Order: sequence, then C-alpha cells, then structure tokens
Amino acid sequence: MAMNYLPLTDLDRKEMLNTIGVDSIEELLQDIPGSVYIKDKLNLPNPLSEPELIGYFSKLARKNINLSSVISFLGGGVYNHFIPAAVREILKRTEFYTVYTPYQPEISQGLLQAIFEYQTMICNLTGMDVSNASHYDGATSLAEAVGMACRFTKRDKVLISGGVHPDYLKVVKTYFSPANITLEIEELNNQFNTLIPDKDPTSYAALVVQNPNFFGAIEEVEPLSQWIHKGKGLLIVVISEPISLGLLKVPGDCGADIVAGEGQAFGNAPSFGGPHFGFLACKREYLRQLPGRIVGETVDIEGKEAFVLTLQAREQHIRREKALSNICSNHALGALAGAIYLSLLGGKGLREVAIQCFQKAHYARDRLKTLKGFSLPQLVFFNEFPVYCPVSGELIVEELLGEGIIAGLPVKKLLHSPKWESCLLLAFTELHKKEDIDKLILALKRWS
Amino acid sequence: MNIPQSLYYTKTHEWVELKGEEAVIGITDFAQHQLGDIVFVELPEVGREVKKEEAVAVIESVKAASDIYSPLSGTIINVNQNISEEPELVNSSPYKEGWIFSLKLNNPEEIAELLKAEDYKKLIAEKE
Repeated sequence: MAMNYLPLTDLDRKEMLNTIGVDSIEELLQDIPGSVYIKDKLNLPNPLSEPELIGYFSKLARKNINLSSVISFLGGGVYNHFIPAAVREILKRTEFYTVYTPYQPEISQGLLQAIFEYQTMICNLTGMDVSNASHYDGATSLAEAVGMACRFTKRDKVLISGGVHPDYLKVVKTYFSPANITLEIEELNNQFNTLIPDKDPTSYAALVVQNPNFFGAIEEVEPLSQWIHKGKGLLIVVISEPISLGLLKVPGDCGADIVAGEGQAFGNAPSFGGPHFGFLACKREYLRQLPGRIVGETVDIEGKEAFVLTLQAREQHIRREKALSNICSNHALGALAGAIYLSLLGGKGLREVAIQCFQKAHYARDRLKTLKGFSLPQLVFFNEFPVYCPVSGELIVEELLGEGIIAGLPVKKLLHSPKWESCLLLAFTELHKKEDIDKLILALKRWS
Repeated sequence: MNIPQSLYYTKTHEWVELKGEEAVIGITDFAQHQLGDIVFVELPEVGREVKKEEAVAVIESVKAASDIYSPLSGTIINVNQNISEEPELVNSSPYKEGWIFSLKLNNPEEIAELLKAEDYKKLIAEKE
C-alpha cells in the first residue's frame, strides 16, 4: 500500500469538516473558552532547511557538558562507569536493537534467552530466586516492590528509611498517596544509617532500606531484617549503585525479601538521567506478586531447550483490571546492555570495578581530611560520601565548572532544607585517576 | 461431560455440594475443560464473609484468569490448600480432589435459586 507522507491536504481537511458538519476549524474549536484560546499566530521562527537545522542543533548540543571533557564527581543515583565497546556493538545488532515487545514472544527465542540470562544474573547478584524482565528505572521498581509487599501482607503502612533516594521516594508517594497507603519515614542517625525503629513492626507491610543509601552509607541490613520480620512484614532492599553488589554481602543473605534497584551502572551511559533500567527480584514466596514480564526456560516438543514468557496470567492482557500492576512492558534494551556488561566483566571483573570505586572514594576522603573547613561526617561508605563545605555547595559546583570539574551533587538540590546548604555529595568510580582526585582537592583548597 | 446428579450448579459453572448448613464449592467438569490447563488458584481467606455471586477466588489457566463466584452467601470455613500446590487437581478431579472452598451458609433459602443437574446439562448443551 502506498503511504502518503503528507496525508492532511486542504482537501482532506475540508472533507473531514464536511463529514462532521462544521464549516471551519475555528467552528470545531468553538467550545474552547476565549481566555485560553490563542487567536494570534504562534510566535515561532521561520522554517529551516535541513543543513540549517543540523547546524542549529549542533550549536545547541555544544552547550551540553560532555563527561569526556570534564572530570565529574556526580553520583546521587547515576554513575559514570566505563562501558566496554563490545556492549554497544552487541546491543546495536538489529536482532536486538529493533525488536520491540514481541507480540508472538516465543518466535523471538534470541530475545527471550537474553532476558532469561539477564534475570539469572540479577538473581545471582541479589540473592533472590526470581527476577522480572526489568522496569523503567530504580524508582518505579521500588514502587512496584512496595505494592507487592502491601498485597502480600494485606497491610497498608510502609516504613521507609530516610536514606532512600529522594526521587525514588517521590515516585513511591505518587503511586501510593491516592491508594490510602501510609508511608512513614524513619530518619537516619548522625552516621547516616538507619537504626532499628523504636516502633511496633506488626502493622507494617514492609521496611524499605537503601544500601548503600542516598548518602553513600553502607547500612547494617541484618538487624533491620530481624526487626521487620518479627512483625511478619517484608524487607525491601533498594539499590541505586549496583556496582556495590560486587563487594557487599548480597541482599538475599541479609534477609531481603524483595530487591529493587537502578541498573544504570551496568553498561548504561549516564545520558541525562535516563532512559536506564530498573531491576526487581524477590524470593520464591512472593513470585505470584511480582509484576511485569518473566521469561522462563522449558523444553519444546522435541525436548530441546526453549524460552517462553511465563506466568502471564498475572498480567494486564489476561487479568485485566485485576492485574498486579499497570506495568506490562520493560526496558529491554537497557537491561540487555546490563546483561552484556555483566557477562563481559564476569564475577571477577565486577568485583575489581567495585574495589576500585571503593578505594578511590576512600583515597579522596583521606585527602579531603587535610582541608581545613571541610567537615566529613563519620560513616561507613562504598563509593560516595557527603562533605560539609565552608561555603554553599552550589557555589562551589558553579565556580569549579568553569575549570572543567563537576564537584559533586549539592544535596540541597534534592533535599530542599537549609540544613543541606553546604553539603556536597561526591561519587567516585573506576574511571577517576589519582590525578583527577588530586585536582579536585587542589581546586577545593581555595575555600580551605 | 460429567455432571453428578447429587450436586447443585450455577450459570457461572460452579458446583455446590450441600452438607447440612455447610456447602463445598468447586468448578464443573465443563468449566475446567473450557479453561484448559490450570496453573494457579488464588484462594480466599478463611473467615471471610461472602455474598452470593461475589467474586471470591481466581483460577488462572495457561490462557485466562477467571473469577470464581460464591454460589451462596456465608462465611468461608475452609479452603483446599492442596490445589495451591497442585492446581492440576482442578482439571483431573473437578468434583472431588479439586474442590476450592467451603462455606457455612448465612441464608440457606438461596439454595432454591441454584440449578439442578438437569438444568445445568441443558445450559451447557446450548453452549456446546
């Protein structure tokens, strides 16, 4: 069939208007109140030719700060890790790159196998029994985890650690405030850790704890697990820097029932904060509550290994309004990048990346200790930590940007209290060289 | 199609076995056949009070998820935990081992509104 790329001619418009019985577009739109109806022409620039357009956008793109031209110590949920070239090469194979949701899923064995491998890796890393095919991001994964816990326990109150990423918390609030689910925040102590709540656990569906938390602190998860389990609630561990899984005890061994997180650090470029992918995995007991697509392994009629979408009756296209969640898609490409990244690194490689992140961050903190006026709160951390500066954090970031350094995340940008005015959150990855860190210290010295 | 004479039936393909003031409920042979391989049964909570025609359980087969409606009003006194482990019992033995839940009746007069085996046979004959 020939497709006309300019289907809406004046003649087409006239025919459509005639069909519905109005004379003009203005008549069609007469119900729009005058106060919001723009009668003048829109104030738009003249059309551009293709080369002019490319020129315009190239100029605009040059305004962006490129991570290859600055030294960045930004973290706060998105981390600049090295991505082996093979990730992009494999990802861009058209078999993967152009496949959208397979409507006849079993015909796409390659894609299903890739998702299955991804799920297996997520289970291994988190110590959970089952993973879904991924979610949009860490925040939506966490929201789904909270929903799972409320459905399973039939309770409507959730206790959330103050160390959970503020943006994740916003998304969880958006999901559940209209659903009559009460979200309570458990404030952190001076070491940026979540203490055992001085509360009765029996009314909570779940305790949510991020590890390492938003401030980079490593949480002691086991005592929290014991507390919430005493009341038969679930422990949800959320992770925004999954490289930490290469070094820290797996959440499943710390008592986690559900693990949610952001997978960006696995082979996805920071971009502008997305699109990345979220992961969600749980213990077998909660499998029926797990939303989203799940790929299972089976055998075909000839007894050969085959992959299928499994447990589909949980999902929207079968269960309709009784489905567990509105989620019926996943971030297949982002998750695939994650799976390729992890398979290239292997367990040893991931551990090596994690150790480098850990050591570089600890080197930086030791150097910072030598700067008077910069105060470092006590905490056990992985690759990120807060520092209180002698001046406003935003001011430092603004000034050092001109010198090619992004000096971390001013915490006040996300947590709007004046308490955080002077606080910077600094993150370190394997990509930082010693001289990068030394350069940061030297640059900060002027405020010391 | 197996339709035992001793049981009562509903238009939504549940069967009812009356035992005094109690009733055992499951789905019919016709229903299990239509659903295909059953992979999961979501059971109601014991102690829950239900009204006649209220959705109380969900049966998932490989191709559909279907609500199970309580044929009578009452309180759920027992559920068949065996079918949580082996949902295929609903396929292989819909009237015996595949029962779903039992009720203590609140309003035994509702029994008069249930279908007898003969009526149910006619109902499914129209569908086949």
